[in-house]
Amino acid sequence: MSLTYDDVIAKYEPVLGLEVHVELNTNSKMFCGCSTTFGAEPNTQTCPVCLALPGALPTVNEKAIESTIKIGLALNCSIAPFSRFARKNYFYPDMPKNFQISQYDEPICVNGYVDVEIDTDEGLKKFRVEIERVHMEEDTGKSLHVGGATGRIHGAEYSLLDYNRAGIPLVEIVTKIVPGTGKYAPEVAKAYVGELRDILRSLGVSDVKMEQGSLRCDANVSLRLIGAEKLGTRSETKNVNSLRSVERAVRGEMIRHAELLNKGERVVQETRHFQEESGLTRSGRSKEQAEDYRYFPEPDLVPVEPDATWIEELRAQLPERPSVHRKRLQEEWSVPDKEMAAMINADLLDTVEATVILGSDPTKARSWWLGEISRIANEQNVSVKELAITPTDVAEIVSLVAQGELTDKLARQVVEGVIAGEGKPAAVISARGIKVVNDDSALMAAIEKACAAQPETAEKVRAGHLPAAGALIGAIMKETKGQADAARVRELLLGHLGQA
Amino acid sequence: MIRSSAVEMASALAKGEITSVALTQLHFDRIASVDTDVHAFLHLDTDGALAQAAAVDAKRAKGEKLSPLAGIPLALKDVLVQKGIPTTCGSKILEGWRPPYDSTVVTNLKNNDIIILGKTNMDEFAMGSSTENSAYGPTHNPWDLSRIPGGSGGGSAAALAAFEAPLAIGTDTGGSIRQPAAVTGTVGVKPTYGGVSRYGLVAFSSSLDQAGPCARTVLDTALLHEAIAGHDPRDSTSINAPVPNVVAAAKSGDVKGMKIGVVKELNGDGYQPGVRARFDESLELLAKAGAEIVEVSCPNFEYALAAYYLIAPSECSSNLARFDAMRYGLRVGDVDGASAEEVMNLTREVGFGREVKRRIILGTYALSSGYYDAYYGSAQKVRTLITQDFTSAFTKADVLVSPTCPTTAFKIGEKSNDPLAMYLNDIATIPVNMAGIGGMSLPSGVADEDGLPVGFQIMSPVMKDERMYLVGAALEAALLSKWGAPILSKAPSLGGLA
Repeated sequence: MSLTYDDVIAKYEPVLGLEVHVELNTNSKMFCGCSTTFGAEPNTQTCPVCLALPGALPTVNEKAIESTIKIGLALNCSIAPFSRFARKNYFYPDMPKNFQISQYDEPICVNGYVDVEIDTDEGLKKFRVEIERVHMEEDTGKSLHVGGATGRIHGAEYSLLDYNRAGIPLVEIVTKIVPGTGKYAPEVAKAYVGELRDILRSLGVSDVKMEQGSLRCDANVSLRLIGAEKLGTRSETKNVNSLRSVERAVRGEMIRHAELLNKGERVVQETRHFQEESGLTRSGRSKEQAEDYRYFPEPDLVPVEPDATWIEELRAQLPERPSVHRKRLQEEWSVPDKEMAAMINADLLDTVEATVILGSDPTKARSWWLGEISRIANEQNVSVKELAITPTDVAEIVSLVAQGELTDKLARQVVEGVIAGEGKPAAVISARGIKVVNDDSALMAAIEKACAAQPETAEKVRAGHLPAAGALIGAIMKETKGQADAARVRELLLGHLGQA
Repeated sequence: MIRSSAVEMASALAKGEITSVALTQLHFDRIASVDTDVHAFLHLDTDGALAQAAAVDAKRAKGEKLSPLAGIPLALKDVLVQKGIPTTCGSKILEGWRPPYDSTVVTNLKNNDIIILGKTNMDEFAMGSSTENSAYGPTHNPWDLSRIPGGSGGGSAAALAAFEAPLAIGTDTGGSIRQPAAVTGTVGVKPTYGGVSRYGLVAFSSSLDQAGPCARTVLDTALLHEAIAGHDPRDSTSINAPVPNVVAAAKSGDVKGMKIGVVKELNGDGYQPGVRARFDESLELLAKAGAEIVEVSCPNFEYALAAYYLIAPSECSSNLARFDAMRYGLRVGDVDGASAEEVMNLTREVGFGREVKRRIILGTYALSSGYYDAYYGSAQKVRTLITQDFTSAFTKADVLVSPTCPTTAFKIGEKSNDPLAMYLNDIATIPVNMAGIGGMSLPSGVADEDGLPVGFQIMSPVMKDERMYLVGAALEAALLSKWGAPILSKAPSLGGLA
C-alpha cells in the first residue's frame, strides 16, 4: 500500500454505518418450535414450518419478541406500539420459503443510541453512535458447496443444504450514519461493537460469540473530502468475525477507498468480504443494481402490539449498564483511566473481573492478563481468549503466590505450562517439579556459600551498603535454581550480615 | 341411502340400520360408477377410509359417545394436507408429494370420526372459477356434464351434487366455496376469516383464504362447520373465541324480526334473468317468514374485483415461491452441470399452469419497487373501504344478501380464453373475502331459461356466522315446501347418472 493511514485522514473524513446481526439464544426457533441447539446432525432440527412445506404457517416466538424489546430498551430506543413483520422476497436454495420473514418499514424498536469512550490524544472522549432501528428476522439455512477449489458455489460439483439454522431468531441492529469520528473511526467502530456485545451479554439474550457467528457485523464505510457535505460511495464489509477485525476492516477500507479516490477512480457500491489473514477485503456481490425484494406485510402473522405495562416491566428489569458497571469496577479496583481503557481495549475486562470474582487481587489479576498472558498471546499472534488459560487458573496461581507456594518467576513458568496445554496449574507444578525452596537451612547453606565466594561484597553489605546485596541474592537464586522466594532470601541474607 | 342428508345417515348409523363401513363402501361404489364422467376426485383413499369407518363402527359397538357426524363420509379438497395422502393442489408441481403432517382441518375431521374418502379436484392452487385450470383435467357439473361445476372447489361441489359424498371441505379465497355451491345446487359456507384454521391449507392468498364446510343441506353444513372450526395456536390469524353457535341457528331457522339487507350494487345489470327471478322470489319467501327486507348501499364494491386481482396475485407470487424443486414435488432439468437456479426455473416453467403463471407475474409486478404504492398499496386502501361499507351496512341490517353469481353454470371451454370474463363470476363473492366476514351460498331454485341451479348468498358480520345459518335454514325450509323435494332431485342428468 502506498498510502499511510495518516495520509488518508489528512485529506478525508470517514463516515461509518454498522449493521449487527445477533442470534438470540431462545430455546426454539423464531416461527416454530424446533430446537436451536448448535451443532446437531444436519436437518434434524426441522419441521413443516421451517422447511416451508406446503400449508405450514409461522407463529411468533414470544420470547424472541421479549428479547428484542429488552435490546431496544438497553439501546435507548423507543418501542413501537405497533410493528409488523414483512416478507423479503428472493430465491435462494438455503431459504426454504424463498422469502425471509423480516421487518421492513415498521420495525419494533427505533431511534436509540450507544455511547462509547475512546482513549484519544486529548484523553478519554465520548462518541455517540445513534441507532436507527432494531428489528427481528429469521436466519437462513446453510449451503455446503462440495467439490471445486474454493468451497464457493462457483465450481462446486454439488451442494448440500442444512436447514437446522433456518428460522433461528435474529435481531438486526442498524446504526444511523456515524460522521465526526475522524481518525478514530476504526476505534469507534470496534468500541461500538464491543459495547453492543457487552450490553447484549448483560441482557442474557444471546451468546454473542463473534467467532461462532452468533454476533456478526457488517461495516459500511465511505469517505468524503474533509469539509464536504455529500456522502461518498460506501462499501459494505461482511465476514468481520472479531472486534479486532472490525477495527482492521474499517481501517483497511478507508485506505482502499482513499487510494481509489486519489487515483481519480470511483468506489464501487458493493458487498466485500473481510479476509482474516491479510486484513484486506475482497469484492463480493455488486449492489449497484439494487435488488428488488418486493417487501410486503407478512399476511400470515398478526401485527406485534406489545402492551405498554409489559414494556415498563421489562425496562424495570434491565441489568446494570456495562458502562455503569465499568465505572463501578474502576472505583472498586482503584484503576487509573488509562489502564482501564487499556483493559477495555484489550477486551479483557470481563476476564479480569471473572478472575477477581474467583478471589484474586484486582491488581494482580490485571497484571497477569494484560502483562505476561497478553505477551504470550501476542507472540503466538492469537487473541488472549483463544489461549488455554482461564480465570480459574489465574486466580489459583495468584493465590499460590500469595501463600508463598510460588514465586513470581515460578508462577510465570506455571502460566506458560497451562498455556502450552500441560494441564491445570496443579498438574503443571507437579509435572514440572516446580516448588519454592522455603527450607531456611537449605537457603542458609546457599547464603553462606555465596558470601564465601564474594567476601568483599559481603563486607560492603555488612558495612551498611545495602544495594550490594543484589549481587549476592542473584548468586543465591542461581544456586537454588530460581526456586527460592527472593524476599525470604533477602531477609535471611541481611540477617546473616547483621543488617536485619 | 347415498341421496340422504348427513343427518339422516347419522341417524341410520345410530339406529344400527347401517354400518359406517357399509355406508363408506356405498359411496365408493357410487364414485366408481359416476366419477369417470364427473371427475370430482383426484385421489381415493379406499383402504384408509374403510379402516377409519371400521374403527368408528367398533367405537359405536362399544357404546362410546360419538360426535354427530361420526362415520359419515367426506370429500376433501386437494389443497388441504392429509398425512401420507397425495396432495397436488391441482398442480403438476406437487405431483407425487405426500405430506408428512395433517392440516388442522384434517385433524379436526379425524377427531370427529368423519371418514375422508379422498381428495377432490380443483383449479390449480385454487386459482379459477371453473376447475378447468386443474392440471389433471376439468370436473364436470353433474347437472350437465358439458358445463363447469364452478371453481376453484368444483370437485368438492360436484361430489356432493353427484351423491359421491354427503359432506365436503372447500376453501374460499374469492368465492371458491360459494360459486361452485351455487352452480351445482349445493350449500357452501365461507366462515369468518380466522374461524377455521389455515394450518395445512396450501396458501394461495393468505389474507383471503378460508376453509369451510360444504353439504347438501344447511344443517349438515352447520354440523360440519362446528366440527372443523375453532382456535388453533398454529395459525396466528386464527380467532381465539368460541365457535358461533351455527348448529342451533340451522336448527332454528327463525328469522322473525331479522333485518335482511339487499346490497344494491350486487343486484343490478349483468345478472342473468333467471338468477334475478330466483333471488327476488327468495326475498319474498324470507319476508313471508317474518324477516324485514331493506336495501343497503356498498358504494366501494365496484372496486373490489380490481383490488382483489392485485392483493391475491401479490400474495400468491410470494406464497408459491417455495415450489422450487429443492425439497419436494416436481424436479425438472436436474442433469449434470445444471445449477440450482436452472432447475428452479425449468421446474416452475413446466410445473405451473398458465393461470398460475399469469397471477405470479401480475403479483410480482404489483409488488415491485416503484409500483407497490400504486398497486398493492391502493388495493389495500380499497380493502379498508370495502370493510367500512360492510360495517356501515351491518348497522342497517343483520345480514346482507345477493345472488351468489351473475349466471348459472357456463359451458366448459366457454370462458377459458377470457380471464376477465372468468374473473367477473366472482364479483358478488369477493367483497366477503376482502372484509374477512362470513358468506353462505345455498340453492334458490333453477333458472327458467336453462333449468340450471341458482345460488343465494347470505353475508354475516365477523364471528356472527350463526346469522347466515338462521336465514339459510329459513329459506331452505320455505323452498323445500315449495318444491316438495330437494333441488338436486330436479337435476336432469343426475337421473342419468343414477
